[in-house]
Amino acid sequence: MIKVLKSGFFSTIQDEGRFGHLAYGVPVSGAMDSYSSQFANELIDNTIDAAVLEMTMTGAELLFLKSTTIAITGADMNPVLNGNAIDMYKSITVKPDDTLSFGRLINGFRTYIAVKGGFLSESVLGSRSMLKGITDNSRIHKGDYLEINTTSNVVRSKNAKLKFNPSHLNADILDVTKGPEFDRLTKSQQTLLFSKTFQVSKNNNRMAYQLDALVHNKLASILTSPVLPGTVQLTPSGQLIVLMRDCQTTGGYPRILQLPEKSINMLSQKTARSSFKLRQSVF
Amino acid sequence: MSFKLRYSQYNERSILIEWPASIDESILQDVLCFKGIIEKEYVKQKVYIISAYNSLLVIYNSAIDNVNSEFEALKSLYVSLKEIYEIDSNIFKIPVCYEDEFAIDLVSYSKKIKRPKDHIIRLHSEPIYTVFFIGFLPGFLYLGGLNSDLHLDRKTTPNLNVKKGSVGIGGKQTGIYPQDSPGGWHIIGNSPLELFNPKHNPPCFLKAGDKVKFHPISKSEYAMFQEQIKHSNFDLKTLLIDD
Repeated sequence: MIKVLKSGFFSTIQDEGRFGHLAYGVPVSGAMDSYSSQFANELIDNTIDAAVLEMTMTGAELLFLKSTTIAITGADMNPVLNGNAIDMYKSITVKPDDTLSFGRLINGFRTYIAVKGGFLSESVLGSRSMLKGITDNSRIHKGDYLEINTTSNVVRSKNAKLKFNPSHLNADILDVTKGPEFDRLTKSQQTLLFSKTFQVSKNNNRMAYQLDALVHNKLASILTSPVLPGTVQLTPSGQLIVLMRDCQTTGGYPRILQLPEKSINMLSQKTARSSFKLRQSVF
Repeated sequence: MSFKLRYSQYNERSILIEWPASIDESILQDVLCFKGIIEKEYVKQKVYIISAYNSLLVIYNSAIDNVNSEFEALKSLYVSLKEIYEIDSNIFKIPVCYEDEFAIDLVSYSKKIKRPKDHIIRLHSEPIYTVFFIGFLPGFLYLGGLNSDLHLDRKTTPNLNVKKGSVGIGGKQTGIYPQDSPGGWHIIGNSPLELFNPKHNPPCFLKAGDKVKFHPISKSEYAMFQEQIKHSNFDLKTLLIDD
């Protein structure tokens, strides 16, 4: 069990997401940056679908009531255990009464904590990923107790060799593939997409990232059709909206581009005013 | 029925299949037949499917190695779909209270479309609507069949908090808000039913291909439905209309 002393700005428990109920309009959800969350799980020999804690912008303060093994990945928020700075990307043993806290955000936007065996929050429709309207708790709060699996603390040492890709947190180019309506854009609009520098707007959250920089267009809306995390919609006013993990399952704006998993993960680590370019890629 | 379909890769692990772009019952039947047969045939290799008016998105469990062979596999399944594959579909009676307390936009809506309230209620509760698919919000039904006399563009300023159960009209569509949500539709009533409950499996008792008919109820009947649902002694079977 872990007691939440401070929740941080926005912290949720996430796993690989909820795929089985898309036909009822249930979002996929899951860790925004699946590369970092899987990496954290691998460092401590968890299965990659074990639930982790995702912290956005500022970290939580957690009091461990049982001993366990943890790993911290993603954005660097200066992790501190009992007042001493600790390493990220490494398995770390914690004992009862240990307090984990975080300082200033150095790079990236989302930090992940994996605990041995995973967080055991309520599983709804096949996933522990917290989401308003689906799980009773849509985020963690000060004073919450988080259940963890304490049956095994054993971690094989081979995972110490895992290497985290350092460019993951500050990529300035994101690969994208064509979306179903890409061909409806004019040649010059298509060229513009791959030459312009885009900036993340202040409207960015787990549902969608809106980008600053307009792509003027006269595209008609489409018959409402399926969308997925990573789908880039173009609105009539020229705004690009990149749908993220908690997005709806269908939409009516033209889907001009699609981010592959790697680019969704990289974008998840960006915050308002981060800029980047798009690069056309193929499957 | 056999349509010319377009197959394309959507992302690393999914394929989009598109029918001609129109809202049409015969396209819906074909979409749902194909969906049914994919789900039946792809048991070893698990897939998840989102359906909409004229498309299916087939999401595989892992990255697709050879997309052309997947296209071929899907195309041959579609060809095999010769005999009519029966879609199991139900007709549900959805109670709706159109009284002022719930119908917050009915007066302004009635002025805009220049029809009296009782006429609106009759036109809205007469047809049998088809559930084309569920999207936008968990449990939000995309219904086809709204009388064209009731069409009216969405409100220019959306309401920031439309109450759960609200029945609205937006453009050529009508629908029920399954949870509190911002929304720009004209609200003309409210249904006491729970259209989405994440603690139930499946979380929604309706699915694409089902039909619904709105049934006007009074405020006291509304309260009765609410009471039964709250105490979980409400039997959904009582809503079924025999074909």
